[in-house]
Amino acid sequence: MSEFEPIIVAFCCHYCAYGAADLAGSMRLEYPPNIRVVRLPCTGKVTPVFLLRAFEKGADGVYVAGCLEGDCHFIHGNLVAKPRVNFTKKLIQEVGLEPERLEMFNMSAAMGPKFAEVAREFYDRIKQLGPSPLNKKYHGASAAA
Amino acid sequence: MVIGERKPFDEIMKMIEGHNKIMVLGCGGCVTVCLTGGHDEVRVLSSQLRMARDKDGKPVEIIEKTIERQCDPEYIEGVQALLPEVDAILSMACGAGVNFMAETYSGMAVYPALNTTFVGGSKKEGYYVERCQTCGDCKLYFTAGICPIARCSKSLLNGPCGGSTKGKCEIDSEVDCAWQLIIDRLKSLNQMDRYEDFMAVNDWRSNRDGGPRKMIREDFQR
Amino acid sequence: MSEEYKSGSKLEKVLRAGQFAVTGECGPPRGADPEVIKKKCALLKDKADAFNITDNQTSVVRMSSIASSVIMMQEGMEPVMQMVCRDRNRIAIQSDILGGAALGVKNMLCLSGDHQKFGDHPQSKNVFDLDSIQLIHTVKKMRDEHKFLGGDEIKGAPKLFIGAAENPFADPFEIRVPRLAKKVAAGVDFIQTQCIFNLPKFEEWMKQVVDRGLHEKVYILGGVTPFKSFGMAKYMANNVPGMDVPEELLKRMKDTPKEKQAEEGINIAVETCFKLKEMKGVAGVHLMAIEWEEKVGEIAQKAGFLPRPQL
Repeated sequence: MSEFEPIIVAFCCHYCAYGAADLAGSMRLEYPPNIRVVRLPCTGKVTPVFLLRAFEKGADGVYVAGCLEGDCHFIHGNLVAKPRVNFTKKLIQEVGLEPERLEMFNMSAAMGPKFAEVAREFYDRIKQLGPSPLNKKYHGASAAA
Repeated sequence: MVIGERKPFDEIMKMIEGHNKIMVLGCGGCVTVCLTGGHDEVRVLSSQLRMARDKDGKPVEIIEKTIERQCDPEYIEGVQALLPEVDAILSMACGAGVNFMAETYSGMAVYPALNTTFVGGSKKEGYYVERCQTCGDCKLYFTAGICPIARCSKSLLNGPCGGSTKGKCEIDSEVDCAWQLIIDRLKSLNQMDRYEDFMAVNDWRSNRDGGPRKMIREDFQR
Repeated sequence: MSEEYKSGSKLEKVLRAGQFAVTGECGPPRGADPEVIKKKCALLKDKADAFNITDNQTSVVRMSSIASSVIMMQEGMEPVMQMVCRDRNRIAIQSDILGGAALGVKNMLCLSGDHQKFGDHPQSKNVFDLDSIQLIHTVKKMRDEHKFLGGDEIKGAPKLFIGAAENPFADPFEIRVPRLAKKVAAGVDFIQTQCIFNLPKFEEWMKQVVDRGLHEKVYILGGVTPFKSFGMAKYMANNVPGMDVPEELLKRMKDTPKEKQAEEGINIAVETCFKLKEMKGVAGVHLMAIEWEEKVGEIAQKAGFLPRPQL
């Protein structure tokens, strides 16, 4: 059986985390390749539907990365996202997933190293938690094993 | 508007047990406005249900649909064509909508996904408060626009009880004393004399106590 | 007030005779054993003119106030049957009034009732078909007009001395006297007030009552409750809605050594009694020694209220 490699979806704000990811690349900082970045105009665009769909499609972990609090390009989009992420934690918990599989982070576009660090830490966290019961690949594999 | 709150997830899961194809049906009326039973909430609940059932190895197929109003035959008819594909409807409307669906479609299981909680409005986004109890005999003229039936915990009609403290109700220091609000309003309107009018024993026939109610506009009857 | 007695109760006679009245209180047990009431009655007998029998106070289920009133009468004492609007609609209320009167109850206290949230059945549905003022109106209509609320004639109208409570310390303060006026207009005969700890505020309220001449239309009995301890005083100050315990009283209890606190509580109650007796418009006191019935006699004795007149 192949070792568990999580699928992680990162919803990143165009004005900060997405730039930070770019910078991390330019700086040749290493972070796990498991992160699939989805660019958003602002984390205020995130709704529980987005996050749930990612889990439904088999993501093992999902995070939202927005601007530092007080620095949102659209004034308070990241402050809109924060309670929505917390609310969605409860929703996935109801389903039977660990709420730790979902998180919100804040960073600026200048924080390339922070982006890599968050990616590594979150990867480690999900690795620890193991595959989501909805991840068809591992769910099927573990059942066969 | 009618305010609803989603039922606990486990309760909903129990209701749909044994059903493999369901329709999660939202309502575009009040429950859309109060963020509990509209298009978005249908998507969230459906996603949750699919995941939970998948996880248990009992996948469920869900048709996600939201109609304009579930309390109106005109719109209810709109889902008829989809019914052969499902064996239950999980309605995200208020209780009225669930009743209408059930009455309309015999032979189809209709379950409530919400608890209908009260008639009220929003203080701010996502924050709803009760303002009316549909007693059927509005007394707001006498009480400066603040309803003692809906907002006094004891529905007292002749003034506050002895538990009113610093403007708050005895049952909860977060709850405003309706009579304090009434008195404040009467004062500001120079209508304090209205307070001493004895509010006679109420006729509750117009309330639910008189049996199920209806309202008919004669000019619309053919 | 007319020559003929409205109810002929001892309480009514004492008040009508211009005597300073004393009432006490007796909470029914949480069980069907009549001995519990009889024991309390033995402690209270002759210490006051009449005794309130509470009606599921604080929304905790207890023996009914009608049944407990009857047991008290069997002990040769006079009850004030309390009735709350929380648990009965107007059909049950009027039926219980007839029943109570038929069994010999002559005094009745009309209350809204504590919210069921505070009791042992917070899940219950409340009624509040009537409020306390409408209840007063109902009893008066039954007694004086010989009519039910619905308008039908009553054959054998209940003769009851109608009481109500008033809390001079609840908010909004400025409507507390108008609210009393409403009760008077509805036909109340006597008022028992909430426990008085803040005497200056009570005096202020009483002055407004006298200014409006209400004291001539209704007998006002000031509520007196002794503190058992500093802990109880603090609890009443902080946890009981509508209770006003001034800082200096709390300090006085706190500064008293623990073993002397009960005695000090009694002293405060007795002092309050003296002040109330002197206050214009006050027709009596209502002694509420909560689960401390044995002290009612002591307070009444020290305040000079004993022996009670035999009328």
